[in-house]
Amino acid sequence: MEVPILKQGPYLIASIQSALGDNDLVQLRDSLVEQVGRQRSKGVIVDVTALDVMDSFATRTIRDITYMIRLRGAETVIVGIQPDVAFTMVQLGLKLEGVPTALDLEEGIAFLNRKVSTTGKETNARGR
Amino acid sequence: MPVDDERKSVTDTPVESGPAPVEGRDKVVEEAKVEIRSDLDIIVARQKGRALAAALEFSPSELTLVATAISELARNIVQYAKRGDILLRWIERGGLRGIMVRACDRGPGIEDIQRVLQGGYSTSRSLGLGLSGVRRLMDEFEIDSKVGWGTQVTVRKWVKR
Repeated sequence: MEVPILKQGPYLIASIQSALGDNDLVQLRDSLVEQVGRQRSKGVIVDVTALDVMDSFATRTIRDITYMIRLRGAETVIVGIQPDVAFTMVQLGLKLEGVPTALDLEEGIAFLNRKVSTTGKETNARGR
Repeated sequence: MPVDDERKSVTDTPVESGPAPVEGRDKVVEEAKVEIRSDLDIIVARQKGRALAAALEFSPSELTLVATAISELARNIVQYAKRGDILLRWIERGGLRGIMVRACDRGPGIEDIQRVLQGGYSTSRSLGLGLSGVRRLMDEFEIDSKVGWGTQVTVRKWVKR
C-alpha cells in the first residue's frame, strides 16, 4: 500500500495509514527524498500513529529517511509513536538517535516551525 | 528433527528478569502455519500471531511485543532464507497458557550463533538486533541452526497470572 504524501505549505506530510510491507517503506523513503527537492520543502513529517509494530527494519528505514532528508537540506520529525510501540522498541534496544520525534501532527508542525525559523538563513542559502 | 553433533544449538530461558522456567511438556490447543515467501507475508504472520495472542488474553503491550518478535523472525526468513514457515501455537504447560512461535527455514544456516545472539551483528540490512532482540522480548528462546541445513527458532511467551 502506497503512503500518501501531502504538501502543506513548506512541509511534506506522510501519513502511514496501515501496516506497511518492507518495500512500501523503502518506496516511502525514496519518494520523500525525491519530493523534498521537487517541492523545495523545508520539513517532513512522518506520521506513524497507525503503525502497530515498529521492528528493526521499520526503525532503520525511518532513521534513514531522517538522515537522507537532512542531507537534502530539510528537517524530518516522526510523530505518533504509540505507547506500546515505544515500550517494545525500548525492550528490543532499538534507538532513533538523531531523529526528532513529537507527540502528534500538531506538535510536529510546531517543532518544524521552530526549527525552520532558527535556521532560516541557512535554509534559504541552499542551492544558491 | 534429528540432532547431530555438528549442529549448533542454544537453548535458554530469559536473559533478564523473566519468570522461572516452566517445567513439563507443551500441550497444543490450537495451531496455525503461515508460509513466508515475501515481505508481505511478514505482515500476515504478525497479524495472525497478534490475533492468537489476543485470544490468549495477553495485555495490549505484550501483544505488541509478540507481534514485533514475529515480525523479526519472519524477516530473518525473507532476508536470509527467502522462504520458510512461521508456526503459531496456543500452548499450555503446568497450569500456564501462552504462545509458541516457531520460525523454520531451509536457508544457509547461521555460522556463529553466539555472535548473532550477542546482537550488533548483521550481515544484512536491519539493525542487527533481530535475534538478540527477539530473545529479550520473549520468555523462552531456542535456536537450532547448521550451515547448509537451515535454521529453526522457537520462542514462547506465557500469559502472566
